[in-house]
Amino acid sequence: MQETTLSLIQLGIVFFGLGFLGRLAGRIGLSPVPLYLLGGLAFGDGGLVNLGGIDGFAHIASEIGVILLLLMLGLEYTAKELVTGLRQSWMAGLVDLVLNMLPGVAVALILGWGPVGALVMAGVTYSSSSGIIAKVLGDLGRLGNRETPVVLAILVIEDLAMAAYLPILTAVLAGVSFLGGLTAVGISLAVITLVLLGALRYGHMVSNVLDSPDRESFLLKLLGAALLVAGMASALQVSAAVGAFLLGIAISGGTAENATRVLEPLRDLFAAMFFVLFGLNTDPREIPPVLGVALLLALVTSITKLVTGWWAARQQGIGVPGRARAGAALIARGEFSIVIAGLAVASGAVPAELAALATTYVLIMAISGPVAARYVEPVVRLFQGKKPEPVF
Amino acid sequence: MRPIRPRLGLNFLLRDYFYPFRRYIQARRVIRAAKVRIMNIEETPLPGIGVRRELRLATGRRVGVVTHRDGHTELILSRVDDPDACAASIPLTADEAAGLGQLLGSAQLIAQLSAEQENVSGISTHQIMIRKGSSFAGRTLGDTQMRTRTGASIVALLRDGDVVGSPRPDEVLHVGDLVVIVGTDEGLAEAALILQSRP
Repeated sequence: MQETTLSLIQLGIVFFGLGFLGRLAGRIGLSPVPLYLLGGLAFGDGGLVNLGGIDGFAHIASEIGVILLLLMLGLEYTAKELVTGLRQSWMAGLVDLVLNMLPGVAVALILGWGPVGALVMAGVTYSSSSGIIAKVLGDLGRLGNRETPVVLAILVIEDLAMAAYLPILTAVLAGVSFLGGLTAVGISLAVITLVLLGALRYGHMVSNVLDSPDRESFLLKLLGAALLVAGMASALQVSAAVGAFLLGIAISGGTAENATRVLEPLRDLFAAMFFVLFGLNTDPREIPPVLGVALLLALVTSITKLVTGWWAARQQGIGVPGRARAGAALIARGEFSIVIAGLAVASGAVPAELAALATTYVLIMAISGPVAARYVEPVVRLFQGKKPEPVF
Repeated sequence: MRPIRPRLGLNFLLRDYFYPFRRYIQARRVIRAAKVRIMNIEETPLPGIGVRRELRLATGRRVGVVTHRDGHTELILSRVDDPDACAASIPLTADEAAGLGQLLGSAQLIAQLSAEQENVSGISTHQIMIRKGSSFAGRTLGDTQMRTRTGASIVALLRDGDVVGSPRPDEVLHVGDLVVIVGTDEGLAEAALILQSRP
């Protein structure tokens, strides 16, 4: 068979399979991310079927997937929301950062992965999945709850922290000198500040340049701008993903809404490719040895997120059931843990076991997070020994 | 139709012209205030989702609306046993939300207008429905010559749950409109006869 033919057939099989997995995830009320990872594991080295023909496409597609994931994350929040979020909840953000990065750091050091591995694992255990959490809150009808703004504020800060963390990670993974790393971080922090301030005042100008009444040219301009900014950021050693994130923040108002609508299908396609590729590059035979560690890490970081949410909600004067709900809602990890692990594995600066651990960890957390969010309420009631009262 | 008879004397002037006019001015003020009044609404941004606006009721419960970025809304009501949580969050389409708002808003306006009239003796508020077959269905408000013929003033129209405050003489009356009239009992009785008259 010709090479192109083989690639087409393999890609077709992959997308078709992912479609079914996504449908299954929707049926059982799960995020599709863990199922995509499982799909990738099944197709990859040492898995059930071997797909060698799509490597070239999968590689660039997954890069675009990460860029689109971060671009859409930036689109989700306006600069104003980010700034007020930072001002009002920086304490909660700090508690979140310290409590949830430490377990990752500890595991990496115990397993002997060195400071680089520690930095990567810190990011993996730190970042909650805003996609999963926003969906769970909506599904459970908790958008009107008083603890919900607390949860969302923590997510906003985590995403802002990503803008500082990713350039540091990129610099460290590239193995640049301490001074070089500092320069990269300095550049990115300066750019972030400029973009935030600029977006507050001149966001409409960026939007005007990109906006177009014609859907097709709008899509092309958006995608072009995202790839250009990401590429330039990458050339400056600032991490392509952060460039896309900042572009997303700078786009505002109605343009941001239209952009979300236009980019969503593309994001779904390319991000799916990214998760599959991550699964493909993970050897399923490496999972059993790290399963115990992953389970322990999952347990510890569930508790740390629970404590974070509890503490933050308590600061806002919210009652015990509300505190528990806030904590449990934050447990889910997902796409960004994989983005971070993906960057690390692609650079080759960390051992391959890290990919297996990150995959297993995210599989556990993406499934247990929504379950915890759903069942925390009856559990708290049981502990409080209260009979359910009439709600109306 | 009764002929318009000349009225004389200060009492007549006050009762039939000055008081209704003063009521009319006050009613307009009430309507304007009802349109722009902003209750003590608490607004909380929900980053990435939308905005939550809520009222704290006298009973201590929260009732409000979550407006999503894509424009759809949810009506929320807090639980009794856990005020942080919601007993219900009911998704509403834009039309449903607007309808519910008008339903609540116009009921309040009528109650307020009636309350304002209560303290002046001899003047009251009345609502008259334009029924099918009325000679004024499809004609303008000016055609009724309401003020000239009865001394009563039309202060508002309620149409499809919407309030048309201080309607102009060129406003067209439709079947089903509720006409809010302020005037003396006598004037209101005449007004009802005029609006319900058949061609």
